[in-house]
Amino acid sequence: MTQETLVRPVAQSPPVPARRRRPPSFRRQGGAAHVFLLPFLLGLVFVTAVPLLASLYLSFTDYDLLHDPELIGLENFQRMVSDERFWASVGVTLRYVLVSVPLQLAFALLLAVVLDKGMRGLALYRSAFYLPSLLGSSVAVAILWRQLFGHEGLVNGVLGWFGVEGESWLQNPDTALSTLVVLNVWTFGSPMIIFLAGLRQIPEELYEAARVDGAGKVRQFWSVTVPLLTPIVFFNLVLQTIGAFQAFTQAHIISGGQGGPLDSTLFYTLYLYQQGFQSFNMGYASAMAWVLLVVIGIVTAAHFLLSKYWVFYGDER
Amino acid sequence: MRAAVRHVVMCAFVLVMIYPLIWMVVSSVKPGNLVLSEPGLTPSEVTFQNYRDGWNALDEPFSLFFLNSLLVSVGSIVGNLVSCSLAAYALARLEFRGRKLYFAITLVSVMLPLHVLVVPQYIFFSQLDMVNTYFPLLLPKFLATDAFFTFLMVQFIRTIPRELDAAAWVDGAGPFRIYWSIVLPLMKPALVTAAIFTFIWTWNDFFTPLIYLTSTEMFTVPVALNSMMSSETANGVGALFAMSLLSLLPVLVFFVTAQKYLIRGISTTGLK
Repeated sequence: MTQETLVRPVAQSPPVPARRRRPPSFRRQGGAAHVFLLPFLLGLVFVTAVPLLASLYLSFTDYDLLHDPELIGLENFQRMVSDERFWASVGVTLRYVLVSVPLQLAFALLLAVVLDKGMRGLALYRSAFYLPSLLGSSVAVAILWRQLFGHEGLVNGVLGWFGVEGESWLQNPDTALSTLVVLNVWTFGSPMIIFLAGLRQIPEELYEAARVDGAGKVRQFWSVTVPLLTPIVFFNLVLQTIGAFQAFTQAHIISGGQGGPLDSTLFYTLYLYQQGFQSFNMGYASAMAWVLLVVIGIVTAAHFLLSKYWVFYGDER
Repeated sequence: MRAAVRHVVMCAFVLVMIYPLIWMVVSSVKPGNLVLSEPGLTPSEVTFQNYRDGWNALDEPFSLFFLNSLLVSVGSIVGNLVSCSLAAYALARLEFRGRKLYFAITLVSVMLPLHVLVVPQYIFFSQLDMVNTYFPLLLPKFLATDAFFTFLMVQFIRTIPRELDAAAWVDGAGPFRIYWSIVLPLMKPALVTAAIFTFIWTWNDFFTPLIYLTSTEMFTVPVALNSMMSSETANGVGALFAMSLLSLLPVLVFFVTAQKYLIRGISTTGLK
């Protein structure tokens, strides 16, 4: 799909007769393949599949690492329903995903379009915008953010020049989450680069044809650029949504691992960490992990289902 | 004229984006008591005391945490390059039953949240008495579990002309020989990209070391920063900034020297 359009497999382009493509000894390759795949298969079984099933099992148990897991049926899930902090974490995470992902992608698309229109110094701007993406997930930048929005931080310093008395953005439950949204939007560089690569793929002839038909710049953008870019928007949307659901480091650092004030930065994964690795409620944490998996699965599936209404693939007939 | 206006707007925007980082650099050389009271960029006094304080703020010096981080990062690079390139070669070139299925699994596991696996993995490693060692951090890398890189390498191998394999085959080379002498040298750009991203991700990784590393002398840099932050020393902020900046340096070096690989990595697979 998107990836295919970006790296076109050269090997497929010259048509090779079917019988020559079949390698000489089919059976020996099967054996060799499994030697090559040995680490991959071990990882698939022991690092992915078994833990995946184990966490499903644990989600129906009470387990504190010291005593044997005790089967308790659906109790963990029932507890979740009445757990106020659980719902707080769901609310925080949903708000974060719903606000920061569209904002981030809007910035990325806007800047990509501006840069793509024959701007001089493209490489330089691209680098500058990309830098935050590279650093954004680090503890160091989260520490910087904590100071930036603190009571005596840079943001209030700048506001002070305009005579605005700033509050502590991090100690106010109404604004604490917004600082993390800003942090995520700040890392718009990597989706921007994907957009730029996509813009390059749009054939110039299409713009010429549109011009011949009398379309202005704005019309060209909405009728040529946007439809042809929808697969990339889709790709970025799926990827960034999945990533935003799992945000952890920034929330942990900004709130000192607490998720405060008043649970306003209690991200889902942060609460899961507190339950699993601070209170050692491994059963409850597993149940929460599976709820997260199911939610991400549903959201991703919904993206794919809805995509047929708005994503345009050029090769469709 | 319009181009000039556009450049001014863009430059202003870049400045706003980068300003927090510049502020961090300047703050790290301000005397501790001025970091917060003087938000400007021109410190009235420049000192490197923050770096000296920060370096020794915890029970162990930061040199140890940098070494630990380096060890884990290099180990992860070796693991990812070996295991992912082996898997990618098989998935891209060899014909066997289940190839499509394995490739699909690779794609799906890119989306699998780590948090679903981490509890049982933790239990597993703690039963093997491996908590507070680097095994939990490194072992998965040697088992091709960073599906992104397998995917990246498969895509790259597909761009290498099959005629080269076929020629080697005619000369009597088996799959291992072809992998080692033909495919591996030709996929160097993909290997470099994977190595750089593995480094940056591992270097910045916080969640896994936070869970597994319990004693100070095992800490990687991000966990050390976290522990330094929660123990808030006297001239805390300046020293914290100084160490945070140092922790970003290796990533910045790659940003400056290896940008084409970074850009290629993102454009082809959407790596961060």
